[in-house]
Amino acid sequence: MPLAASVRRLVPFALLLVVLASPAPAAAVASADSLRAPAPPTGLLYADVPNDAGHAMSLTWTLSPDDTGRAGVVSGYFLERATTPGGPWAIVDSVESGTRAFTDLTVQREVTYFYRVAAFGPGGTTRAGAAAGPAIGRATWFNVSRVSVLVFLLAFFLLVLYYMYMAQTGRKPFVRRLAGIDAIEEAIGRATEMGRPVLYVPGIQDIDEIQTVAGLVILESVAKMTARYDTPLRVPVSYPIPFTIAQEMVRSGHVDAGRPDAYDPESVQFVSPEQFAYVAAITGIMLRERPAAHLFVGSFYGESLMLSETGYATGAIQIAATANVHQLPFFVVACDHTLIGEEIFAASAYLSGEARLVGGLKGADMLKLVIVAVVIAGCLLETFGIHTLTVWMQTQ
Amino acid sequence: MTISTDFGVWIAALLTLCVFSFLYKDNPLYKFAEHLFVGVSAGYYIALNYWTVVDQYLVIPLRAAFDGSQAGGPFQAQMQDYRGWLIVPAVLGVLLFTRLFTRLSWMSRWSLAVVMGVFAGLKTTGFAQGDLVAQVQASLVPLWIPGDLWGSLNAILFTVGLVTSLLFFFYSREHKGVLGGVSRVGVWFLMISFGAGYGYTVMSRISLLIGRFQFLLVDWLHVR
Repeated sequence: MPLAASVRRLVPFALLLVVLASPAPAAAVASADSLRAPAPPTGLLYADVPNDAGHAMSLTWTLSPDDTGRAGVVSGYFLERATTPGGPWAIVDSVESGTRAFTDLTVQREVTYFYRVAAFGPGGTTRAGAAAGPAIGRATWFNVSRVSVLVFLLAFFLLVLYYMYMAQTGRKPFVRRLAGIDAIEEAIGRATEMGRPVLYVPGIQDIDEIQTVAGLVILESVAKMTARYDTPLRVPVSYPIPFTIAQEMVRSGHVDAGRPDAYDPESVQFVSPEQFAYVAAITGIMLRERPAAHLFVGSFYGESLMLSETGYATGAIQIAATANVHQLPFFVVACDHTLIGEEIFAASAYLSGEARLVGGLKGADMLKLVIVAVVIAGCLLETFGIHTLTVWMQTQ
Repeated sequence: MTISTDFGVWIAALLTLCVFSFLYKDNPLYKFAEHLFVGVSAGYYIALNYWTVVDQYLVIPLRAAFDGSQAGGPFQAQMQDYRGWLIVPAVLGVLLFTRLFTRLSWMSRWSLAVVMGVFAGLKTTGFAQGDLVAQVQASLVPLWIPGDLWGSLNAILFTVGLVTSLLFFFYSREHKGVLGGVSRVGVWFLMISFGAGYGYTVMSRISLLIGRFQFLLVDWLHVR
């Protein structure tokens, strides 16, 4: 029979297929496994995340028994949330298999939530039987993980207030000479002798940069000196708010020097917040107006070398002050004097000699001694395996 | 060799050459590029700030607060949603413009006082947590690591550098005697770190210059 003959001819091929298929029983089982829905995860627990504004909820659960780490039955989990135990449920997020915890960062403060977790895979989705809740995100007034920050701040302010009080009652603290700051008056004197202006650049950052604030405070003292010597002052500024404050500072400096009539509002000029447009304008001023002294006081970035190099080429005396570590090397090599790092903040107290500022400087000095003591003590404790101080200072 | 036919590339290339002409000396071409750059960037900044700051954070929320659609009234604020209260910074912002009128210019100082005070306060806590405490905490390292001589030397060198550099910025005493010696060591640490920083930054500046030459040669002149 042709049919029987055909069947007989097919037998060897059928046997071959059986042989080929025989080494893979596990794969066949896995394939069958992956088609069934995973067993549900269990033990969903929730906890309000502490020390926050009530906008986070921490969730943990026990993995599905089918989540064995091999790809197959469980692909991942998704978290659902509702405001009542009966729903309606909304998916918060999904995580991959093997994950046991998740933090929901979309919680509304003081709102009651119920959570459930589901395992999903190629075979379908299985939800945990019971919902967890009610979970309420509560704001905390005091972040206990930041106690160390509070202690350092309190120490700083108490020291500053104490030394300010001492200074105001006539016991003005000693401040050592700072060559770079002394050179500012020399530079202004040189500009006066040469009959050329002084260029003051308060950095390229907005008022939210503390160095800009320091630069503007020092500007008042510089304006006072230039007013006293009747030397023209040029202050190009990069942002609108520092521009307004710079005008106030220059005017105040002239008033303090007893020369309010000499104040020229045009001496402070708004240029542009664009970094290199600002640089282009300043290099133009350097070459065309030929100021005899360049003072760079504030926050600087890539333009530091362009400014100081062009200024160097004009032969002006240059003094720079910045706390931007990567720009300090350029100022050190291209300027006559450089105020390094914190010296920029000391400069305003040093220049004005005002009791309150000098007291503040002394307070900051004392905090440095506290920090040195903490570092030495902390390193010794760590060396002997005691981590108490390091853990206490860890902030969230 | 084919030269770019893109009008924008031509403008950019010619302005780049105008700026490069400064290498010879200050000249009208450089002045033209300089004034164009300053004017365009200042105007761009104003437009950008209006649409990304004033409109987004002031005009739109204020409009939403006072269009009558918000339950509880315009001053019903949620966390991080101040709505109607934005009228306060709006008034302070307007006060800044009183500088344009000599007799009223004193009113702008109120806004400036708020700006300075708020930023000083924000920076104090941010600095205390992010820089001061976090950096001091990260500096507490064991000075002796058993079985790791280089690691121990590194930790000791780091701690000595930190303490001596910090004492260099101590202003309440003359730098004489022990303090003078310690602060001199601190200056050495600072100068060595500046030297390393100098080399690193020069490399990045050279790469900026190379980028500009690549624009001229590849994008403009199509030299490949």
